[in-house]
Amino acid sequence: MILVFGAVLLWVFGWWLNSRLASGPWADTRMVRFLAPLVFGLTVVGIWEMLVRGLDVPLVILPAPSVIALRFADSMPILWADFVQTIIKGAFSGYVIGCGAAFLMAIAVDRWDFLRLGLLPVGNFVAALPIVGTAPILVMWYGFDWHSKAAVVVVMVFFPMLVNTVAGLREATTMQRDLMETYAATYWQSFVKLRLPAAMPFIFNGLKISTTLALIGAIVAEFFGSPIVGMGFRISTSVGQLSLDMVWAEIVVAALAGTAFYGLVAMIEKAVTFWHPSQRG
Amino acid sequence: MKQIVAVLTVVAAIVAIWYAACVPMNIKGVLSELERGGAEVQPPTASARRDIGEVRLVLSNSFAIPATWEQKKPRLPSPHQVAIELWETTIGKNITSKRSLVYHGWVTLSATMLGFVIGTGLGILLAVGIVHSRVMDLSVMPWAIVSQTIPIIALAPMIIVVLYSVGVQGIIPKAIISAYLSFFPVVVGMVKGLRSPDAMQLDLLRTYNANTSQGFWKLRLPASMPYLFASLKIGIAASLVGAIVGELPTGAVAGLGARLLAGSYYGQTVQIWSALFAAAILAACLVGLLGLIERAVLKRMGMAQ
Repeated sequence: MILVFGAVLLWVFGWWLNSRLASGPWADTRMVRFLAPLVFGLTVVGIWEMLVRGLDVPLVILPAPSVIALRFADSMPILWADFVQTIIKGAFSGYVIGCGAAFLMAIAVDRWDFLRLGLLPVGNFVAALPIVGTAPILVMWYGFDWHSKAAVVVVMVFFPMLVNTVAGLREATTMQRDLMETYAATYWQSFVKLRLPAAMPFIFNGLKISTTLALIGAIVAEFFGSPIVGMGFRISTSVGQLSLDMVWAEIVVAALAGTAFYGLVAMIEKAVTFWHPSQRG
Repeated sequence: MKQIVAVLTVVAAIVAIWYAACVPMNIKGVLSELERGGAEVQPPTASARRDIGEVRLVLSNSFAIPATWEQKKPRLPSPHQVAIELWETTIGKNITSKRSLVYHGWVTLSATMLGFVIGTGLGILLAVGIVHSRVMDLSVMPWAIVSQTIPIIALAPMIIVVLYSVGVQGIIPKAIISAYLSFFPVVVGMVKGLRSPDAMQLDLLRTYNANTSQGFWKLRLPASMPYLFASLKIGIAASLVGAIVGELPTGAVAGLGARLLAGSYYGQTVQIWSALFAAAILAACLVGLLGLIERAVLKRMGMAQ
């Protein structure tokens, strides 16, 4: 009971601290922008821990953060093997193939107007569909190993990437294109020097959307069949064994991998599109 | 007009490629069946055929090509097989039948809609809080943005099992997964929308001596509508994915996800494809419906382009 009371107190304290931070003299500094979410996150984790211990919530419903952290530290080798299988082999290879294919396709679509008129509505339509549903089919075709997961990821990232890249390649204005024309630039010169750089913000938007989709595709595809390693496999079997601390440890891995993957793409974006207004701050 | 021709051409090309792909995909299975039926196939034994490429098999057994489009359990069903299966399981069956896709679609759709309503409702509330409270903005908003980069769908199996162990089952667990998948896109989009009025417009309201709630109802909320609809479309697609994935881990007996899973267990490829197309049609209808509402609302508000 004391712990429950402590949780309430911690909540009040965390909120008070953040209100002070938000209305204090340093409210607009970088440090507060970094500290406030951190305080909030730590408060939530603290309350979680106290409530689980105070109310004696059984492990099969919600493990305490400390239990999850212990499990995470204990199962490093397993988690690493799952990470390599699902993220590196499945999601990443599929991401590279899918985004590369979509990029090449987008160049073709941009080149021929007929393709753009025909393929773009279809692409927009497909991008809104529940493509994870293709997972059972692709698992059947390419077997249980990571190849089928990469195939699911390819299908998932292809259309969002295609639609974004095509939109980006049309971004250069008529005036700019005319200027290239007056320089007697060939198609490829104007493509490399004008249209591709102008398309970069859109391309990176597509790449960033695709990072999350890639992880979702790789994990969900493993629910339909996988070798005895992989994050989706571990999650579904650990749920079956009611060892929820393992499930949560995998979710922590998924969260870290997702954020890192997204952050990596965002960092490359920052370096490539330094000229864009949204990056100059 | 030109656009319609182009779209139809592309769709026709996709169907043509699909039919063409059926031939090499299914040729081995077809040849085995024909061999068992006593027909002459080249080469005559399955073990000899195993190491030969599909294309060469097709070339040396060109009489078998029509059979690749009519197989019972093909690796890749042909478009008309899927279309016939779709037709038979929607129109041809009583909608209360366990084999009717309308029944399975309804099971998934009801979970999707319940989750979508809960998720967007809470999402809009949180967005209003974030816009009006600086504390919430500073502490919650970064987490909402980070959550977009995490495959939170990985939580789905756990939610189903945990809720089952405390006695909640049926539509609620699936709806919860749908709700949290649609929640974050709505929060992020709605915050952007509620912040979209520029300083000039906010200042104008201040000169009218409008209070916060007037500013909200008369300026921020109307201005956020285009953003809201954009994120609702993303949210409903995510909700549907959530409901389908929510049916996978427990071996649910009803719903489009259950059809997918059962089809993949028993190798009923035609059933998988028809469930997949049913899900696609459902998603298209939901997004299309939201698009219609969006157009009507924006037109009524004088914001339509």
